[in-house]
Amino acid sequence: MKLSNIFSRRNRILLRELVITDFKLRYQGSALGYIWSLLKPLMLFAILYVVFVIFLKIGSDVPHYPVYLLLGIVLWGFFVEATNQGMQAIVSRGDLIRKINFPKYIIIISGTISALINLFLNFIVIFIFILINGVSLRPEMLLFPLNILELYIFVLAIAFFLGAAYVKYRDVAYIWEVVLQGAFYAVPIIYPISMVLVHSKLAAQLLLLNPVAQVVQDARYNLVTDQTITASKLIGNPFIFAIPYIIVAVSIIIAGLYFKRNSKYFAEKV
Amino acid sequence: MLGSEEVIVVKDLFKSFKLPHEQSTGIKQNVVNFLRRKKGYENQEVLRDVSFSINKGEFFGIVGRNGSGKSTLLKLLAGIYNPNKGSISINGSLTPFIELGVGFNPELTGRENVYLNGALLGFSRTEMNDMYDSIVEFAELERFMDQKLRNYSSGMQVRLAFSIAIKAESDILILDEVLAVGDAEFQQKCSDYFEKQKAKGQTIVLVTHDMASVQKYCTRAIMIEDGSIIASGNPETVAFEYTKANQIKIENNLSAQQAQTPPDLHDIKTYTTDTTGKRLSSFDVGDSVLLHMEWKNEAICNAGAALIKQSGEGMFATNTLIENVSITGKSCDYRLSLDVAPGKYFFKIRLFGKTENDNVTLIEEGPSILIRASKNNKVDGLVSLDHKWLKIK
Repeated sequence: MKLSNIFSRRNRILLRELVITDFKLRYQGSALGYIWSLLKPLMLFAILYVVFVIFLKIGSDVPHYPVYLLLGIVLWGFFVEATNQGMQAIVSRGDLIRKINFPKYIIIISGTISALINLFLNFIVIFIFILINGVSLRPEMLLFPLNILELYIFVLAIAFFLGAAYVKYRDVAYIWEVVLQGAFYAVPIIYPISMVLVHSKLAAQLLLLNPVAQVVQDARYNLVTDQTITASKLIGNPFIFAIPYIIVAVSIIIAGLYFKRNSKYFAEKV
Repeated sequence: MLGSEEVIVVKDLFKSFKLPHEQSTGIKQNVVNFLRRKKGYENQEVLRDVSFSINKGEFFGIVGRNGSGKSTLLKLLAGIYNPNKGSISINGSLTPFIELGVGFNPELTGRENVYLNGALLGFSRTEMNDMYDSIVEFAELERFMDQKLRNYSSGMQVRLAFSIAIKAESDILILDEVLAVGDAEFQQKCSDYFEKQKAKGQTIVLVTHDMASVQKYCTRAIMIEDGSIIASGNPETVAFEYTKANQIKIENNLSAQQAQTPPDLHDIKTYTTDTTGKRLSSFDVGDSVLLHMEWKNEAICNAGAALIKQSGEGMFATNTLIENVSITGKSCDYRLSLDVAPGKYFFKIRLFGKTENDNVTLIEEGPSILIRASKNNKVDGLVSLDHKWLKIK
């Protein structure tokens, strides 16, 4: 996998067509089509808002909590969708792999990109919320794309690893489902991290070492309110709050190598 | 490594596959196998020490019966599989047609599929825009391009796929029995295209079990049997070897047939009709009978039938594999002229999958028919041979 080849002309053409196809086929046969990309997080948001904000009165100490909550839901939704699509990408394109020779990572990238497109559609809704909610516009907002970049690299790492493992072991899908279920509660999405902080500072610090949690909090800090408790705020020591970034960097390298080693045999095994 | 004229050099190539004993794509099975110190798979050697080279401008044939390893060799040449040992050097760009219409999606329109398939061959949108009209024209599908592919007949799909495929301008073309699809008119189009490419001096590798097309197109060929090259050289020599190997196989099979145990026959329907399709079981000498066979097992793609006299003499037998005809769908009709002596006969039917021993269903005593003696054809003996008395008044 020479780096110069990753986006050679042929690969770019292929990637583009695969993404377009995925996107066209996604809402085949549904009356509302792409609108579902927006409706899904909004409906989930409505449920969580009613349950947690109105009944349980969580988040009253966080300014602009609705936007804060929605941003968390949207980012988490992206993480779930992209890793699941990445995991199934190789197997579902088995037909192609058995018949032509092309770099397999293109399939993983195309699977995650269609989730990325969905994420961008969702940002439209978030920005409308930001305007309605009267969130003040700050220069930190410009840092937001970096948060997405970090999350996307982490998603790619997981997708490369799961995508290759899923070819060999279909159990991976069930394991990942459970892991995601657990991670949903380990990431401060529906509850503010301050709720954990009250009980144990160490627990809160540990939760924020998870790259997904760190990205979600940083994104909220940049986009919604500077009162968000981020990893760097909570963990003073820069060597420790660098851990999530190190996890992301190390996992993309390991997953990339694992994928490369296994991709030679996809055509036989898929 | 490559000589000046050589475009493909294959050296000491080995390929084997691990065939799992049972469904072992789960972690549990792996753990169980590990604990029992048992390999969960069997190593099957598909190609053994294969070496050959192809020169620029050659039309090179690779022949072998089903399961001989020729398709694996093709996938190795196309880079889809990796060899276990040995090397493949390729000089120039290579387009493999393992199958026409790779990546075709039934939910997309014809137009969208053209662009998708084109991208798989390496064409950008702009390039496809330029070629689009000529592709559609060649496929003769102008009216259907905005319909979903699933509404196309299989012939239409193949036509569309082929029209895109021939746009690929690479140094080496690899074809896997694509000639075997489509109707006569389409096959003519394919044939014309190959002749044209051949005249242009393009290097073409044809992988097939159809000896006739090897003799028709190829300048040189190799024959593969059980993973090794057993004959190579000019197509005539290879064709002779091929036919010889096939005949031995057929004889072996006839004796294997006797040993078959009767299968469950609920899923198979057979009956005889006359040539108009009316169910009938008595005929006159010289009439034609249609034997209709229908089955449910998807794996069945070959059929054979033998006409057997009540007393046990086999009159005539053949099957689709020997005769290189392909069955599409799950039924077929077999027409036979009943140039045999009057009497009671029955059909012995053998349905099977890709190879002679795959998914075999044997019907020892199928539909029986009565052949009546007709007034103007009173023959004696087993068969009624075509004959004429000469030098008579």
